[in-house]
Amino acid sequence: MIRVNGRERPDPTNVRLLLSDYLRHELGLTGTHVGCEHGVCGCCTVLLDGRPVRSCLMLAVQAGRHEVTTIEGLAGEGKLHPIQQAFHECHALQCGFCTPGFVLAVAGLLAKHRKPSDLEIDEGISGNLCRCTGYASIRRAVRRATELSK
Amino acid sequence: MKPPPFDYHAPSTTAEALDLLAKLEDAKVLAGGQSLIPLLNFRLASPAHLVDINGIAELEYVRERDGGVAIGAGARQSDVEDDKTVRRICPLLAEALGQVAHPVIRNRGTVCGSLAHADPAAELPAVLLAAGGEVVARSVHGERRITAQDFFKGVFDSALEADELLVEAWFPATTGPFALVEESRRHGDFALAGAARSGDRLALFGVAPTPVLADPTDPSHGLSPSGDLEATPAFRLHLVEVLVRRAFAS
Repeated sequence: MIRVNGRERPDPTNVRLLLSDYLRHELGLTGTHVGCEHGVCGCCTVLLDGRPVRSCLMLAVQAGRHEVTTIEGLAGEGKLHPIQQAFHECHALQCGFCTPGFVLAVAGLLAKHRKPSDLEIDEGISGNLCRCTGYASIRRAVRRATELSK
Repeated sequence: MKPPPFDYHAPSTTAEALDLLAKLEDAKVLAGGQSLIPLLNFRLASPAHLVDINGIAELEYVRERDGGVAIGAGARQSDVEDDKTVRRICPLLAEALGQVAHPVIRNRGTVCGSLAHADPAAELPAVLLAAGGEVVARSVHGERRITAQDFFKGVFDSALEADELLVEAWFPATTGPFALVEESRRHGDFALAGAARSGDRLALFGVAPTPVLADPTDPSHGLSPSGDLEATPAFRLHLVEVLVRRAFAS
């Protein structure tokens, strides 16, 4: 059993399955996006025991002893998490493909630094690629998220 | 399915892991997986067996030992980076960890895994070499300590035997000025060239098949770095001169 978004879910059907593919194909949690599949783009970022990790760089079977949180589990049903609200307000997304990964990377950043410096923000989002909106509005959204999280 | 077929083993003790490594043909140790899983995804690696050491709780430690810091094979880079003992005794290591890939990668990657992977452009092997550290390799036949100078053999090649597990890395205390400087095309990428300074000792990375010790007054002496799409050999030699000047200016 693997705990995903607070629910016990069945074990992956194959040990070769990446966590990202398990979430998408076996659980239907398609909010975890898959871009490069080798750890460069950051789109597949999920929280493992509250810390952001790349789900394409883990086997699903390795999540067995851990709590996985995907973008679907970040806020309650029908609600926006403060980070999602901040991304919305600051126009920090355009096509939205990279957004779940960014939101979860920022969740990890804000868990570690409640009021991150500009440098810490840049470092915190440095592992995620955005190809349309650009990073200025995403930086603004991180600052806005710290206000909304108070 | 991205990774090629393999049999998966998840021992819960070091002894169990060593038994598996002694018994299995063509086994690869899976630690943080931040290099190995991409290699599997690209099918550049296709080991018959994966021995996953992430479930071995006894390897998850950072402790003071012999005036330095001992880091277990299970310790994550981000935990080591934030560790108070590491920051106090071996600030060079903490400084270097802040430049390893990105925070999200460091949440999963391990210090010992990076050393065992022996990427010539990675920061941690150069830090171990500059600091004069060593690794502890264990197999069912016993344990041996290998100095950094003897450990790195070539590109992705170390002195570890197939049945050995790198159970611990030991970094001596940082004494005197220290620096970790590197140049890469994008923040967080592997360096085109880099330098680790620990007191008067200097190790370079990204410019040879292994990290190399160098003379701070003539750092590029004897070097013949390779060229690729990102940097010519001459540019790498130029970077070495500039980076070493910066490392020793502080």
